[in-house]
Amino acid sequence: MAVGSPKLEVPENVFVSKLDELASWCRKNSLWPMPFATACCGIELMATGASKHDLARFGAEVFRFSPRQCDLMIVAGRVVMKMLPVLQRIWQQMHEPKWCISMGACASTGGVFDTYAVVQGIDRFIPVDMYVPGCPPRPEQLIQAIIDLQDKIQREGTITGREFDTAGRQARKRALVEITAPLSIDASRNPVLQRELAIAAEPSVRS
Amino acid sequence: MPSTPPAVDDVVASLAERFGDISPSVYRGQARVVIPVEAAFEAFERLKSLGFDLLVDVSCVDYLDYKGAKHRYGLVYLLANTATNQRLTIRVFVDDPEPTVPSVVPLWEGANWLEREVWDLFGIRFAGHPDLRRLVMPEEFTAHPLRKDYPLQGRGERHNFPVITRDHS
Repeated sequence: MAVGSPKLEVPENVFVSKLDELASWCRKNSLWPMPFATACCGIELMATGASKHDLARFGAEVFRFSPRQCDLMIVAGRVVMKMLPVLQRIWQQMHEPKWCISMGACASTGGVFDTYAVVQGIDRFIPVDMYVPGCPPRPEQLIQAIIDLQDKIQREGTITGREFDTAGRQARKRALVEITAPLSIDASRNPVLQRELAIAAEPSVRS
Repeated sequence: MPSTPPAVDDVVASLAERFGDISPSVYRGQARVVIPVEAAFEAFERLKSLGFDLLVDVSCVDYLDYKGAKHRYGLVYLLANTATNQRLTIRVFVDDPEPTVPSVVPLWEGANWLEREVWDLFGIRFAGHPDLRRLVMPEEFTAHPLRKDYPLQGRGERHNFPVITRDHS
């Protein structure tokens, strides 16, 4: 605060924050997992959601079997080559912002199943935010991964999802600006468009 | 008191009478015979008429580099007679190229998927099968992975997929 400026009085029960942090705080405490359970890790996943370990304490107990309603994919178990196109399709059907946890040795590396049919780690084909070691991991380990993911969301999350922006996406946005600029769309009253234009004008830093 | 399965000596004798040398043997009380592939369908027809109404399983063994083996593939048919509780194992040997055996789907409807599985994993053709498609591997798969000359880790099929990054999703 500048020297000499009057001290700002904040009334009781009023907090000052950034919109990005508010959005991240809401998102991290209301994760809706999509259980992609194909093997024994799925049993531990169910145990994590059940009463003893009680994933509800971390706001992630609402498992939905429809990707449209989920924002956290938990891949629990080995993924075979016949299943991988299904996994990719479900991932693409999920709305953003979305995250992915690779649970257990098989999902992360193929585990002991180094055979012609088993994909050696799902991160070869879809983005993964958090890996859980173990064969299968105990529920505590999965809970730790969810807590770590919550930290990551709070740390990096933005209300417009800029953290997911890649160079390729920024290029597409620039292309959009190039198309819309000749139409002389007035951005002065549209803060979202202003922000997008500002991002598009910056040289890309993320890759 | 352990129960021994009923003898199938009469059935084996009747097969030997018709097909000559069928190398009968007994393993843990269960009779096994070898039928030449040319006579296989006739033998199965005869066995069904003798009361073997259940085809328990169709399986296959790849004898590549196996000590003393005379043939590449050995098909194994497990038959059962649900009225008398008799059981009989039939083995049929075939060789490359184009290993082919007659399909037994006309005799036992349940052979349909069993033969599709053997075709999928070993590449044995079943002549006369109504729908010889792959059963467990993806349709676009080209190899027969349980053959001994197929590498355990495959030929790269498991990683032949598009990569989805944050950019695409």
